[in-house]
Amino acid sequence: MPAQRGAIVEARGIHKHFGGLHVLKGVDLAVRERELVFVIGPSGSGKSTLLRCLNRLEEPSDGSITVDGIDMLDRRTDINKARQRIGMVFQSFNLYPHMTALGNVALALRRVQGMSRAAAEAKARQALERVHLADRSGHYPGQLSGGQQQRVAIARAIALEPRVMLFDEPTSALDPELVGGVLAAMRELRESGMTMVVVSHEMGFARAAADRVVFMDGGRIVEEGPPEAIFGNPQQERTRAFIGQITRH
Amino acid sequence: MTFDDFLQAFFSVEILQQAWPILWAGLLNTLLLSVVVVPLGFIGGLVLALLGTVHSRWVRWPLIAWVDLFRSLPPLVLLVFVYAGLPFAGLEVNALTAVAIGFFLNTGAYYGEILRAGIESVPRGQVEAARCTGLTTAQAMLHVVLPQAVRNVLPDLISNTLEVVKLTSIASVVAMPELLFQARQAQSVTYNATPIMAAAVIYFILLWPVVRLLSRLENRQLAGRR
Amino acid sequence: MSNWDRFLDSFFNARVAAEYLPKIIEGFWLTILLAACIILAGVAAGLALAVLRSLGIRVLNWAIIFVVDLFRALPPLVIIALLYFGLPAAGLSLSGFAAAWLALSLVLMAFTEEIFWAGITAVPKGQWEAARSTGLGFLDTFTLVVLPQAVRMVIPPLTNRTIAITKGTALASVVAVQEILGAAQAGVSFSFNPTPLTLGAVAYLVLFLPVVILGRWVETRFAWKR
Ligand SMILES: Nc1ncnc2c1ncn2[C@@H]1O[C@H](COP(=O)(O)OP(=O)(O)O)[C@@H](O)[C@H]1O
Ligand SMILES: [Mg+2]
Repeated sequence: MPAQRGAIVEARGIHKHFGGLHVLKGVDLAVRERELVFVIGPSGSGKSTLLRCLNRLEEPSDGSITVDGIDMLDRRTDINKARQRIGMVFQSFNLYPHMTALGNVALALRRVQGMSRAAAEAKARQALERVHLADRSGHYPGQLSGGQQQRVAIARAIALEPRVMLFDEPTSALDPELVGGVLAAMRELRESGMTMVVVSHEMGFARAAADRVVFMDGGRIVEEGPPEAIFGNPQQERTRAFIGQITRH
Repeated sequence: MTFDDFLQAFFSVEILQQAWPILWAGLLNTLLLSVVVVPLGFIGGLVLALLGTVHSRWVRWPLIAWVDLFRSLPPLVLLVFVYAGLPFAGLEVNALTAVAIGFFLNTGAYYGEILRAGIESVPRGQVEAARCTGLTTAQAMLHVVLPQAVRNVLPDLISNTLEVVKLTSIASVVAMPELLFQARQAQSVTYNATPIMAAAVIYFILLWPVVRLLSRLENRQLAGRR
Repeated sequence: MSNWDRFLDSFFNARVAAEYLPKIIEGFWLTILLAACIILAGVAAGLALAVLRSLGIRVLNWAIIFVVDLFRALPPLVIIALLYFGLPAAGLSLSGFAAAWLALSLVLMAFTEEIFWAGITAVPKGQWEAARSTGLGFLDTFTLVVLPQAVRMVIPPLTNRTIAITKGTALASVVAVQEILGAAQAGVSFSFNPTPLTLGAVAYLVLFLPVVILGRWVETRFAWKR
């Protein structure tokens, strides 16, 4: 199968074992440039593991992954360089508690991209502006709300000008009233043309912003298609059951 | 014995004046010794703690054996072994070297355990976030994990450092002219306990603020652990 | 004789070992006796001070805090020297054993009080209020509700501290107590061979290695859920 035209992320035949546990059972996922792919599925279905394989936080047991033309699994690939093209946002933010918002964003700019302190901080400030937190740049994570922390985490990723952004349940740890701000930041990112893979259960956001929804269960992609099709008229029984569960409340 | 006799025996101003130059030299040596052995032990501990992050049983088990070995031997035993034992192996060591080796082995093991606990207290997500932005393992350790690790175990680090400074007094056993040794010298020529009492007071003045600080930190830590 | 043979002859000399083993074994029992006396007296006195402190009598509390700080700040060897070399000036002679016992007991007392007190204050106020609201008196609340929770919290730090202070029994060799190190040093000076020191080190390992490993276990067994 030739590489899909314009595919910026191309994962093929991904398997992942944790000891005896077979968590990913041959996942194929191609993401086109500027596309927003939304991943849903029951807890434990392997969504996080899939995302973490894409930037090699987890080592896939089998398969191939290219991101922006780089073979992620090739031993000769400079993984630290490659990872800068892939931004990641975690459910638990994972901000560095001993650094200010600005310090969090500037760290990799200085240490990996080798920028001067002034240049790194200027760029970090720009990134914080994009998530509307320029006025919080001197605050430590402990002084920010969960929603603000998550937006700093987004700024930390986009400051490196990644080609793709991965989001692993970015709003699941937030109080309901704080979700909106994070989704708005993601929406703006999308409108700027960022390619995104989002694991989340925010159906409203999916309907409004996703190009494609992927449903995973038991380590496989069961069904995928446009949001209207997956949410309105799922073909597979398992998808129907899952959609029914999450839309009931 | 009258109260005056007591004062004369333990708090004689006259004796103190005589002994002061000797005590002062001892105090300087104690400080100097601390400035040598604390960083030495800390660096040793840091190496042990970093080795502890290697996930290989070929590193892990020797490391645990090393740490437990040197936590099991009393520091004075180590010191005497190095100072009085090594010459028999043809290695003549002076007192300072013996103290440095003994302290490196002993306090390194303690600092190592503390720093290891600190590193383990930093959530895994921190390293992952750092690695995601392209930092190498070493950079993530240096810029993200270690600062948090040190902060998380700061009371234990200070407490251990206090113990190390107190422990420098055992160097008197191998005739290092530190505070206690000098006080004993002065006592034996004056036949008066004032020099030792003075040494004790100096130690107390020097270390009391640290004890106060620790007492506060430890209370807060225990309360926060619930 | 090769270097290796010379090394073996020095540190693992069978003849010397056989000659001094009985002395070391005597020292071994003396170390255990001293350690047991220290632990009994130190922990009991420390716990008593913590209980006294929870009565909340202001002047008494200041006194307790001062005594605790004092024995946390002073190096044990300085206290031993003061008791052994200093007290005779006041017409009071202590044996080396008594001086070492008293000094280390005071140090352990101070740390024990501090640790227990931190444990007691870490038990939430709600526990007191709940117990008092069911009609329990102060003493019952303290002994039946608060203390058991505090004890559980303090076991890991108390174990580690007790081990560390008990290792201080080696300091008794400085005041002529023939415990392990004292017996070993005497052996070295009689035989001009360091094998007794090797035996002494082994004796300490036999004594403390299991304790250190036990401490490791206690730490995980009573670990805090984070
Ligand atoms: N590091 C790991 N070690 C062992 N098992 C893991 C690990 N990470 C995830 N798993 C297991 O893999 C399965 C999929 O997990 P995950 O990808 O987190 O699912 P999801 O994100 O869809 O909830 C789960 O059964 C989980 O317990
Ligand atoms: Mg997940």
